[in-house]
Amino acid sequence: MAELAIKKKRPKNLDLPTIRLPLPGILSIIHRISGAAMFLLLPFLLWLFQSSLTSPESFAGVKAVVGHPLAKIILLGLVWFYMHHFCAGIRYLLLDLHKGVELEAARLSSKIVFVVSIALTLIIGARVLW
Amino acid sequence: MVNRILVGAHYGLKDWIIQRATAIVMAVYTLIFLVVVGAVGPDTFEAWRGIFANGFMKFATFLFFVSVFYHAWIGIRDIWMDYVKPDGLRLLMMIATAAVLVGYAGWAVQILWRM
Repeated sequence: MAELAIKKKRPKNLDLPTIRLPLPGILSIIHRISGAAMFLLLPFLLWLFQSSLTSPESFAGVKAVVGHPLAKIILLGLVWFYMHHFCAGIRYLLLDLHKGVELEAARLSSKIVFVVSIALTLIIGARVLW
Repeated sequence: MVNRILVGAHYGLKDWIIQRATAIVMAVYTLIFLVVVGAVGPDTFEAWRGIFANGFMKFATFLFFVSVFYHAWIGIRDIWMDYVKPDGLRLLMMIATAAVLVGYAGWAVQILWRM
């Protein structure tokens, strides 16, 4: 049964530049990119965390670094990556439970992930960074 | 001819479950962390340090770090499996990933218990 389905001739379109990635696909690739980026930033984040807890002087140093306008923009991007990974991850957990697997539901939930993660990013940015 | 049945052997099931279990730990910790930081409003070194001097937060933060590192291992390993085709290079990338993550875990312990 399964082999028959695989052997069946199906139309293929693998011209990548002409394929428009649907929203759940964009969500998926950002989930992967954000995960990889946060992995690469781990040593820097651990160093920041360590400095913030070592002494009042090093804590002030972290505050100064985090307060730099360029650092704020990078941190806002990091917060968005975290929040996207968080919200998209919850969507994947629900999909694992077969919640929202139909096309329309899956499209709607990916829209919700973008709206909620960007809103949370702006709230945290406003409360903590600015 | 190798006649091994792949379906039903549960290859990868353990990692699949751990990826999700660690995700739930991190999600819960994120909420706890946001509530605690919101309540304490740590503007000073003493207030910020006090959060992690608390026994529960120290334990929860350690659990969060361990979850991050194990979750990152599974995710980054998946990326190497998807994109790095030469076996030797892929093995090297996996070993390097596991090595830095084990090192980070030791570093995290040091940060939390020597502060």
